[in-house]
Amino acid sequence: MRSPFRPSKPPDPDILDNHRDRIRLLQRRGIIRGGLSLGALALLTGCDVTSDPSIDKGLRQISKWNDRVQAALFDPNHLAPTYPASMILRPPKFNAYYDITEVKPVAVADWKLELAGLVTDKRPWTLERLMTLPSSSMVIKHICVEGWDYIGGWSGPTLRSFLERVGADLHAKYVAFKTADDYPSSIDMATALHPQTLLATQYAGQKLADPFGFPVRLRMSTKLGYKNPKWITAIEVTNQFPGGYWENLGENWFAGI
Amino acid sequence: MKPTPTRLHPLPVRIMHWINAFAMIAMIMSGWGIYDDDVIIHGLHFSSALRLGSWAAPSLLWHFAAMWVLALNGLAYLIYGFATGRLRERMLPIRIDALVQTIRETLHFKIAHDDLTVYNAVQKLLYIVVILAGISQVVTGLLIWKPIQFSSAVALLGGFQAVRVEHFVGMSVIVGFLMVHVALSLLVPQTLWAMLSGGPRLQPRGKTS
Repeated sequence: MRSPFRPSKPPDPDILDNHRDRIRLLQRRGIIRGGLSLGALALLTGCDVTSDPSIDKGLRQISKWNDRVQAALFDPNHLAPTYPASMILRPPKFNAYYDITEVKPVAVADWKLELAGLVTDKRPWTLERLMTLPSSSMVIKHICVEGWDYIGGWSGPTLRSFLERVGADLHAKYVAFKTADDYPSSIDMATALHPQTLLATQYAGQKLADPFGFPVRLRMSTKLGYKNPKWITAIEVTNQFPGGYWENLGENWFAGI
Repeated sequence: MKPTPTRLHPLPVRIMHWINAFAMIAMIMSGWGIYDDDVIIHGLHFSSALRLGSWAAPSLLWHFAAMWVLALNGLAYLIYGFATGRLRERMLPIRIDALVQTIRETLHFKIAHDDLTVYNAVQKLLYIVVILAGISQVVTGLLIWKPIQFSSAVALLGGFQAVRVEHFVGMSVIVGFLMVHVALSLLVPQTLWAMLSGGPRLQPRGKTS
């Protein structure tokens, strides 16, 4: 079976050509800003450290090292604090790489959850079938990498119970997600098996609303907000590092809290 | 053991001082880049000229790289300072009357700095405050990084948002210190030179002095 994780068509080279002016502008602006932003440091070192690709590479290497430190700090048995249902924010906060008005609702009739990688039963799931799995609930804090937080109440099967049901290799390194809004994401297996990692189908006891990931999204108590993809369409269990939307742009991959 | 005359700032102290200066400035400027996405003081933003990193992700990369340098160097400094007795020798004792006296003299623009080897009471207090602020930044920074893994410690300090504010206050204290510290070192340039070359040789001081 063709993996849903492979791009359906190669990137169109015309896109690059059509935006060449803007790309050049971006780089020039970056250099100007980089030159200014260093101020004192640049004076001391005599070089511009923000626009140097080898510096960026070095910083990302350290970020990878930080992934390993975080995996070591992660306690699979430590539960995040939970809160009374009265503290749930309704509706939850919307945050994505686009505005809430640009959300494209998923039609449940066409929707299915595909499976790929190290999984024995790759039959796609319907929402109806997903709802037959035992559901867990948690009222937890959502913490964004930007600094804000809110309390949300989520319900749905644990990712662990789902992975066990489809015969996933629970010793694999990663669980990767594809979504209807082109927001690829991936997490480590230890977090995937944490009891507060849910395939959430409900918020505050109600069906998940369209902007927040209907029919199913990931909710983890132990990772930053951007690690929780919405509108999941495929799940892959793999040993190949899958990356993710923000991670490929430089955000930290493990992003554990 | 025969005491050898040491300089005011032994070589390890000078190396650790300048590593700390670079790491601290990188932490402050990248921190300002991270801060800007969700400000703590409404209306307070840091201009891009003051931010390390062109947007939040590179600022975070810088912050989480420089933190290792800051924390490990700071730990080495504290171990060195306690093991050699230097911290106690240079920072203590602080006497209240001496403190009042120095503040009074400073307000009259009488900044006596004939003897670099003796820190006045205000200097001692400022150095102790900034060392404590640095330690506090490492602790609150770790808690902001891992608020769930260390959820009890976060609760003890008043919750996640309170710890963010504490981290911001710690930064403000350090930036305040930095401005006074740099201004005074430029006002009395031999102190700056001493941190590069080692400064005057100290009279051997036994435990009896």
